[in-house]
Amino acid sequence: MNPFRRSPFVLFAAMLVYVFLYLPIFVLVLYSFNASRTNVVFTGFISQTGSQVVMDGSNVVQSPCGAFHWYCELSKNKDVTNAAKNTLTIAVVATIISTIVGTMAALALQRYNFKLRPFSQLSLYIPIVIPEIVMGIGILTLFSQLFGWINNALNLEGASRLTLGLGTVIVSHIAFMIPFVTLVVQARLQGFDKAYEEAAMDLGANEWTTFQRVTFPMILPGVLSGALLAFTLSLDDFVITFFTNGPGSTTLPIYVYGLLRRIITPQVNALSTVWIALVFFTVLLLQWIQNREQK
Amino acid sequence: MLKRLRENKSAQGTLLISPTLIVMIGLLIIPLILTLIVSFGQRSPDGNVIYSFSLDNYIRLAGFSTDCTGGASFCFNPLYAQILWRSLALAFNTTVLVIALAYPLAYFIARAHPKRRTTFLFLVLIPLWTNFVIRVYAWMMLLRKEGVINIILGWIMGLLRIPFTPLEMLYTPGAVLVGMVYEFLPFMILPIYTSLEKIDNSLYEAAADLGANSIRTLLRVTLPLSMPGVVAGTILVFIPVMGTFIVSDILGGRQVILVGNLIQRQFLDARDPTFGSAASLILMVLTLIVTYFYTRKFGFGEEIVVA
Repeated sequence: MNPFRRSPFVLFAAMLVYVFLYLPIFVLVLYSFNASRTNVVFTGFISQTGSQVVMDGSNVVQSPCGAFHWYCELSKNKDVTNAAKNTLTIAVVATIISTIVGTMAALALQRYNFKLRPFSQLSLYIPIVIPEIVMGIGILTLFSQLFGWINNALNLEGASRLTLGLGTVIVSHIAFMIPFVTLVVQARLQGFDKAYEEAAMDLGANEWTTFQRVTFPMILPGVLSGALLAFTLSLDDFVITFFTNGPGSTTLPIYVYGLLRRIITPQVNALSTVWIALVFFTVLLLQWIQNREQK
Repeated sequence: MLKRLRENKSAQGTLLISPTLIVMIGLLIIPLILTLIVSFGQRSPDGNVIYSFSLDNYIRLAGFSTDCTGGASFCFNPLYAQILWRSLALAFNTTVLVIALAYPLAYFIARAHPKRRTTFLFLVLIPLWTNFVIRVYAWMMLLRKEGVINIILGWIMGLLRIPFTPLEMLYTPGAVLVGMVYEFLPFMILPIYTSLEKIDNSLYEAAADLGANSIRTLLRVTLPLSMPGVVAGTILVFIPVMGTFIVSDILGGRQVILVGNLIQRQFLDARDPTFGSAASLILMVLTLIVTYFYTRKFGFGEEIVVA
């Protein structure tokens, strides 16, 4: 019996699900080249003859960027570049901190026995089993009550008042990312034998040397995949950011959400397409690294 | 002191875990306790919290009100119970549909030739990693009156020479359901795939040798062995659907109000954090109860970490 034999029904169902997954993405990309400013109906591509943007009704007929007109507009959009900068800043800072802290926690939970261990392990599951919105409004309540109290107690006025902003978003991201990093690294630690570390110690290595030369190289793939997971969770996060951001700390998902509730031009599609392209190449790169590691 | 620390394993462990514990207590447990305290409070006219011990918010959630039309001093309107029920039903329907769509695809990938498996998985990862908000927006483009689905339907009907008026699909409960299914489908495919991939081929061969047909093999071998994946996927889908407010906001307009929308509005438009806190605690308790009974029946799948 051929183990890779499959019934035509499974093949058909699988193809249908793939169509379901990709049709929306295809439409999204196609409409980013739409000549129609209102972006309700696809009215055709924009041509490049001439150096001026020529409008016909609400359609852009000609533009120096040709079909990529909306991408040019996007690159000139200050709100988008600011939001992109915020999104990256938050993701990078929160990933570095949560990866270090989360890896330490994984080591503690997997290699040490201490009083608070069961409680610590349990607390890491909380963000997974409660809806994100509950965590979001909890943190919002904490910050607003705390900041109100501090601002009153210290009589802070104007610009020196504590408010929601980049700082609160980063701190909140760290809080929901740590459990994911810890669980991924823990899974990696479970997979390898403690005997390697014990052997290093028997041969005279101290704890730090053992960590540096034995433990760390072994868990490095786990740490990296934990960091990557944390990074993507941060880039993608909407709910927690929605409740903890303030003026000037808008991220890309928050910015797009704001646009969807107002006027939508093909610029949103151009932004989405750039995003999807970045995701595509990142996943491709990761698969390539993974394949190389296996060989 | 350093020497003592070097010898004390327990102190080392505590030291390593302490930053995590500080964050978990400070930004998870304390906020939850604060939410509980605020939910018993009362709203001041300027939208702030007056700390007190009042059950008003919970009584209001249960549907009883003293602010009635027609001058009655006390009335009952199960508006909020309906919203909770609608959210639960939607989360249930979404989960069932997602399993129905994810299972064949996961099975297809798991049984594909190992060389092609990576490519098929890659195709699942792209939509998963594409931003949540962007994916809702894509469905807005598909579902609206002048949208792609109506264009395709109109074209087919034109070929068949059947008169066609574009369907109103956006801002309906159906649109919200489709959006939720699309958003959370990848979260089900990956854990089911992981558990299916673990099944040894010899088990299928044994089933075939012992005379089981393909349906019997599916029911007696494949399905039971892939249950951990289904359970993990259910947790990854059901809980977020219960709390999500973007999908219903964008695809449901103001027509479909879920508990997530209710909570969000208390913190923004309505400015009643005390009522919002009470609603969010009820949401949390509800999801914990469902998850508890579900995992007690089927076990807590370790596949949850994979996705």
